[in-house]
Amino acid sequence: MSAPAKSGLVGKSVLRKEDGPLLRGQGRFAADINFPNQLHMRVVRSTYAHGRIVSVDLAPALAIPGVVAAWSFKDVADIPPIDFRLTRLEQLAAYRQTILAKDKVRYVGDPVAVVFAEDPYLAEDAAEHVDVEIEELPVILHADGAIGEFRDGLPTETTLIEKSYGDVDAAFTSAHAIVELSLSIGRHSGVPLETRGAIGRYIAETDMLEMYGAAKVPHWNRDQLAKMFGRTAANTNLFEGHVGGGFGVRGELYPEDVLVCLAALRLGRPVKWIEDRRENLIATNHSRQQTHHIRAAIDQTGNILAIDDEFFHDQGGYMRTHAATVPDLAAAMLPGPYRIPAYRARGHIRLTNKTPGGTYRAPGRYESTFVRERLLDAVAAKVGIDGVEVRRRNLIPVSEMPVTRALETLGTDIVLDSGDYARLLDTALDGIGWTALRAQIDERRNAGELVGAGIGMFVEKSGLGPFDDVRITVGIDGRIEVVTGAASVGQGVETVIAQICAEKIGASYDAVSVIHGQTDRIARGLGAFASRVSVMTGEATRQAALKLRDNALAAAAELMQLPADQLDLVDGEIVRLNGSTGPSMSLAEIAKALQPGSNLVGDNEPGLFAEASFESKHMTYPYGVHIAVVSLARDTGGVTVERYLVAYDIGKAINPMLIDGQIVGGVAQGLGGALYEEFSYDDRGEPLAVTFADYLMPTAREVPPVDVIITEDAPSPLNPMGLKGAGEGGANAVGAAIAAAIDDALGHPGAITRLPVSPQTVKELINRL
Amino acid sequence: MTDKSDITLTINGKAHGIRVEARRTLADAIREECGQTGTHIGCEHGVCGACTVLVNGEPVRSCLMFAQQADGKQIRTVEGLAKGDEMHPMQRAFMENHGLQCGFCTPGFLMLAVGVLEREPDISDHDLVDVLSSNLCRCTGYQNIIRAVRAAAIEMRQS
Repeated sequence: MSAPAKSGLVGKSVLRKEDGPLLRGQGRFAADINFPNQLHMRVVRSTYAHGRIVSVDLAPALAIPGVVAAWSFKDVADIPPIDFRLTRLEQLAAYRQTILAKDKVRYVGDPVAVVFAEDPYLAEDAAEHVDVEIEELPVILHADGAIGEFRDGLPTETTLIEKSYGDVDAAFTSAHAIVELSLSIGRHSGVPLETRGAIGRYIAETDMLEMYGAAKVPHWNRDQLAKMFGRTAANTNLFEGHVGGGFGVRGELYPEDVLVCLAALRLGRPVKWIEDRRENLIATNHSRQQTHHIRAAIDQTGNILAIDDEFFHDQGGYMRTHAATVPDLAAAMLPGPYRIPAYRARGHIRLTNKTPGGTYRAPGRYESTFVRERLLDAVAAKVGIDGVEVRRRNLIPVSEMPVTRALETLGTDIVLDSGDYARLLDTALDGIGWTALRAQIDERRNAGELVGAGIGMFVEKSGLGPFDDVRITVGIDGRIEVVTGAASVGQGVETVIAQICAEKIGASYDAVSVIHGQTDRIARGLGAFASRVSVMTGEATRQAALKLRDNALAAAAELMQLPADQLDLVDGEIVRLNGSTGPSMSLAEIAKALQPGSNLVGDNEPGLFAEASFESKHMTYPYGVHIAVVSLARDTGGVTVERYLVAYDIGKAINPMLIDGQIVGGVAQGLGGALYEEFSYDDRGEPLAVTFADYLMPTAREVPPVDVIITEDAPSPLNPMGLKGAGEGGANAVGAAIAAAIDDALGHPGAITRLPVSPQTVKELINRL
Repeated sequence: MTDKSDITLTINGKAHGIRVEARRTLADAIREECGQTGTHIGCEHGVCGACTVLVNGEPVRSCLMFAQQADGKQIRTVEGLAKGDEMHPMQRAFMENHGLQCGFCTPGFLMLAVGVLEREPDISDHDLVDVLSSNLCRCTGYQNIIRAVRAAAIEMRQS
């Protein structure tokens, strides 16, 4: 074993590897990919929220010159519905979506037919000539209303998720008091700036099916596509280019991905599909819409004895790839950072006649953090203590870590691996100057202003396994290539993986390039979701890099006739630890010496490379505190976010600049959901947010400067670097903190019961003061 | 649709003679007919600003302009910002201030900011944020974009 490489890159805010091409207009996003002779696909979508398909007449479209093919369900009836990727429950299988609607449509935007033409403008024209007759049926628009019929007698309540531990009923019977709330969260989505896109291509001479425009989970999608078409993974490949934002929604397997591949196979020409923004807002997964009825049993001092929650999850038209993931996470993560002796959650997954749902950044947790933190504030009001004190009394103390929750989610048992929650609360309060802030708020209120502050605390999860593989190879030019099974949705994967790789080898950061999202380069990979890449791929990279370093030093020792333990690698050059001078060598020279046929290789496999797999059965649990300061306009009900602070414990930061970027970006999305964004529908199920003029995402005007405090109080014991993920903590508690701050500004605890909080709601509340 | 006309789009000083339908958007023509894919299309209804280019020095949403309307005009896109290997101060500032994550909205922000600062080098901070609020970014939360544009503004004033 050689001496460890010098540290220095991990923990440093190095500039991103990704930026150069993106800043120069050299990105390769889905719409930038073209193949000779390609066709363009346009989807004909239902204009009804619920209806029986009477007929689909493709002939008028097919009659237009330049239209090559058009399909309705009967043309694709042999293709199975899209299967579940996570949180599979067998009883949900009957609710999966087929790639074109079979005999009923279930939301506005449901794909009914597709048209393939020589030109995208022509394909769009032709799609308007497909004659679809639909007999409208009554719609279900409320997940907590009456249960209807999906089809064939199947109820629209697809399943009931139940999670519990402890004696909840006994706790409520003996409680000093019970606090009850009904709360709801609106319909939101990730809405990446790049819409979805997919290009299918079939290469007959090698019998190879390819899809470009993949993201997030290319290997899983490759396996599914192969299975759906009766092919094998070996002759199916997916390729990820640049990805214009993921946030959970992008990269799942959608009907359009399957359709372009099927068309490429059948029509023998490349087929390109680029989603337009209206489609993106009605066809890409929605998320978050839930209504919770929650109650807490408490003692005289505000200690929570039990929580009992019943909620309704509005899944939209079908069960998509995430199956029960979002409500499952909501239920499993609801207890948060608090000691909850007994807990019960029952989540009804209901289908409605809206866009189907999936995950969106901090899925289930944005929702349940809002609900739990509203509950904490209500407990505080009940016993007459403030929001800080009620949290202090209920937080899990560091002495109890690790804590096994007796709950499971994503196929793992929830074991809170490490955390000093009370310390981070203090850090956050110090960071915002809480005592002075309260005094300022009192002063401004006395002057007649409506201003207030609110706190939200949460536990996140990250680093979902069960595995990740990495292969590192040094070329004879000294370039170091890290091949991963990860994916990049724009978060800086290449940078953090290169930092770890370069530091652990003892090589230059600039020499490292990182491959992700290419199924032809690595046999398996789990991709990018659940804030997993830095932890899982990062640790696999660390292991592979250390192996490669050992291999390089062993080869150098032989070539230089010196003991390996007297050699070190610095910036890709061998140096002598004993200070003696003499000829040295570089990684490139070692790689050359290990080429096939060289003496040094002997019976070993040639080349300077190393592989590693990291397996993990449990997730890591980062945690955070959000503090919001808001003021309300008396005349309009407008909410101005004056200050925002996030304190977040990352375990160990690889690149603080990127973590800060993740958190601030998450806050902006969280603010969207808290104050502006909502997919609403009229009473026939017609979507009312179909442009960026209706779905109001925050701009530079709405997002305040965000103070970010990154701490490393609680490294994860589950990986040697102590890593936890950063992707979702920025979004997690925004709804909770903003609601609490508005309550505080109104001087009316519990006033906010629903997200997003519209100016109309605030104005009504002000009028009631 | 056969109403195609011959037009010339001059992009970053290079003339592209193309033949397009009247309804062809400038964004599509820049990307498809002229092969300059650095200009991105985010919404096609003029809200997100990802497709912002400079037409005769003015920031324009190229999804809301027809290619034929730009016939003979000077168009600048993200591909024209750098001078060879040397990035424009705005590009460098975005890199140094982590003003981009996925990079999809970035060309639009770069062209918007460059276009505005070339005309109004002494724009106030308040007005600058107002201008930047006309484009959407879903990754960064804008703070680093604002920081980057301010840093570039100082450098652009000095040079």
